[in-house]
Amino acid sequence: MAQMTLVQAINDALRVEMRRDSTVIVMGEDVGLNGGVFRATEGLQKEFGENRSIDTPLAECGIVGTAIGMALTGLKPVAEIQFDGFMPPAFDHIVSHAARVRWRTRGRYHLPMVVRAPYSGGIRSPEHHAESPEAYYAHTTGLKVVIPSNPYDAKGLLIAAIRDPDPVIFLEPKRIYRAFREEVPEGDYTVPLSQAKITRAGKDVTVVAWGTMHYLAQKAVEKAAEQKIDCELIDLRTILPFDAETIVNSVRKTGRMVVIQEAPRQCGFASEIIALINDKAMDVLQAPPLRVAAPDVVVPLARLEDYYLPDVGRIVKGIQKVFNA
Amino acid sequence: MAQTTNSQAHSNRYGIPYIQVLDVEGKADPAAVAALGLTQDDIKKMYRWMVTARTFDERALALQRQGRLGTYAPLSGQEACQIGSGFALKPDDWMFPSYREHAVQAIRGQRWLDVLTYWGGSEEGNRIPDNVNNFTISIPIATQVCHAVGAAWAMRIRGKKAAAIAYFGDGATSEGDFHEGLNFASVFKAGTVFFCQNNQYAISVPRAKQTHSETIAQKAIAYGIPGIQVDGNDIFAVYKTTKDALERGRAGEGPTLIEAVTYRMSHHTTADDWTRYRPAAEVEEWKKKDPILRLRLYLQKQNLWSEADDQRLQEEAKAEIASVVQEYEALPKRDIEDIFKYVYAEMPWNLKEQLGELREYLAEHGGDLPKE
Repeated sequence: MAQMTLVQAINDALRVEMRRDSTVIVMGEDVGLNGGVFRATEGLQKEFGENRSIDTPLAECGIVGTAIGMALTGLKPVAEIQFDGFMPPAFDHIVSHAARVRWRTRGRYHLPMVVRAPYSGGIRSPEHHAESPEAYYAHTTGLKVVIPSNPYDAKGLLIAAIRDPDPVIFLEPKRIYRAFREEVPEGDYTVPLSQAKITRAGKDVTVVAWGTMHYLAQKAVEKAAEQKIDCELIDLRTILPFDAETIVNSVRKTGRMVVIQEAPRQCGFASEIIALINDKAMDVLQAPPLRVAAPDVVVPLARLEDYYLPDVGRIVKGIQKVFNA
Repeated sequence: MAQTTNSQAHSNRYGIPYIQVLDVEGKADPAAVAALGLTQDDIKKMYRWMVTARTFDERALALQRQGRLGTYAPLSGQEACQIGSGFALKPDDWMFPSYREHAVQAIRGQRWLDVLTYWGGSEEGNRIPDNVNNFTISIPIATQVCHAVGAAWAMRIRGKKAAAIAYFGDGATSEGDFHEGLNFASVFKAGTVFFCQNNQYAISVPRAKQTHSETIAQKAIAYGIPGIQVDGNDIFAVYKTTKDALERGRAGEGPTLIEAVTYRMSHHTTADDWTRYRPAAEVEEWKKKDPILRLRLYLQKQNLWSEADDQRLQEEAKAEIASVVQEYEALPKRDIEDIFKYVYAEMPWNLKEQLGELREYLAEHGGDLPKE
C-alpha cells in the first residue's frame, strides 16, 4: 500500500494496465514527454516508449477520431483531452460514432476506449478550464460516464474503464487531484462501474453526489450530523449507466433526498436522479427532493467563482431544507 | 503511364501529377496496361463488377421510387473509382466508406443484399462478416477519415503490414476532420490512403465553392505527403494509383492523398433532384466519359469482348440483382429487442425496463403497434 493523491492514483492505474496489457496506449496533448499538464501520464513515455505514450498534434477531434480507429482494430486507447472545456471538438466522434458503433454494426464491432479529461472547477483557471459537462455525455446512450471522488476509486475505476468493452468518458475532478492522500493498493484491482457507494450510512436524508461535490458533501453531512440530521451519503461514481437501486433503496429508507451537482441546475444529471425517485419512490417521500447545483450561468472566472460553485454551506442548507420540510 | 493535365489541373502550378491510362475512347498505351500487372481475366472481372454495380444502382433507385426502399445514395458514374480502388485492396487492409461506397463494400465481401437491407431500413445490413475488415458507412461527413488514420496507425504500432483506406467526397475536404486526419497520418506515418472521389458536387454545391484550391490533391503538399490526381473514370489509373498508395502504406512509408476526378451522374440521394442545380448538358457531357463505357471500348478494341458477351453479362447482372431483391423483400421482420440489445455489451437496467414497457404495450395490442 502507498499513500497517493487522486492524480497519482490515475497515473498508477495507467501504468498497471499498460504493464499488464500491451494493447493499452495513452495519447493526447502533452501526455508524453511532459507527462500531461497535471502529470497524470508522468513517466509513462519513459517506461513504454513513444508508440504507447503519444504526444499528438493539438486537435481534439483528431485525437478521439483516431482513437476510434485504433480501438476498432485491436488497441485499447486511453485518450486524454487536456481540459473539460476542450472536449466539444471531439463531441461528434464521441456521440456520433463511439457511442454507436456496437449498435450500428449489430455487435460486429465495439470500442474498448477511454476518453479522460480533468473536470469541473475550483482551481482559479481561465475560461473553458472549469466545465462540468457530464450531462451532455449522460444523455448519450452507448457511453459510460465515470467520475471518481477519491484516489482508491480513481485507480480501480480507471482500470475497470480500460477493461470495459464499451467507450468510457472518465472525468477527473481536478480540484481534488491533490487535495488529499489515501491508501491505494499497489498493483491490480478494479472498482466495478455502475455501482454507487454508500460512504456514510444514515436514516434521515439521502445525499447523492459525485466528484468534487462528494468531497464537499462528506464535510457537509458531518456538519448536518452536528445538527442531529443523520444523512446517508451516496457517491454515485458512475453517471451512466447509473446505479438506481442503491439510490432508490436509500430513499425508501430516508424518505428525503438532496442531489448535489457542480454543473448548472437545468437539465443536469441531478434532475435525472430526481426523476428516478419520481418513478420509483414517490410513495415514500416526506419532502420534495432538492437539487443543490450551480446557477444557470457560465462558469465565472476566479474573482466570482466561489459564489458560483456549490459549497459546504449551500449543501448543508439544502439538507436542512429537505429535513425540515 | 500518361501524366497529363486535365480541366481541373490546367495550370498544375504545384506539380500535382494527373494519371490517366485509358482515354475516353478506350485507348491505352499497351506498356502502361502491362505495367498494371492485371490479367485479362482480372480486367473482365473489373468490368463485370462495374456492370453489376450499375445494375444494382439503377434497380435500387427504381425500388426507392416504387416505395420499396428507403432513401438511397446512388453511385452511378463512380464505378471506376470504387471498383478500381477496391480491386487494389488486400483482405488485411481496412476500408472506411462514406455512404455512397456500395460497390466498394460489395467487392470487399459485403453482400448486395446487405446494402439493400441497410438502405431498406435495417441496421442488419451493417453486420459486416467477421473476416472482412470493413468499417460501416459513416454518414457524418469526413469523420471516417480520422477513423481510418487510427486504424492505419494501430497497424503501424502493432507492426502489421496492412494499410487503411478512407473514402470521402469533395465536400468532405472542407471539414476539419479531413485536415486533422491528414495531419495526424503524416506526423505518425500512418499508412492511410485518402481516397477522395471528387464527383463535382456536395449535394448542390459545386466543387469550386468548396475550395479555392486548383486541385484537391494539392492539399497534400501542406501536410508533407504525396497528392495525386487521377482520372476517376479510368479504372486502370484508379487501380494503379491506389495500389501504389496502399503499398506505400503497408511498407510504413506513410499516407497518400488521391483525388479521383469523377462525376456523380445521378442525385445526391433519392431525396435530391439534380435538375435544380446543374444543366442537363453538363450531365450529358460526362456521360461521354462514362467509366463503364470506357472499359468496354477497351475490351472491344482488344478483341476480348463482343456484343454478345456484353448482352449476356447485362442479363446475368440483372438476374443476380433480381434475386437479391427477392431475398431482400422476403427478409423477416426483426424483433424489437434488436434496438435495445446492442447499445452496451450488457443491457443496463433502464434499457431492460424500457424493453419490457414496449413489449407490454405491444402485447396490449395483439403483439404489434395499434392501427391508427
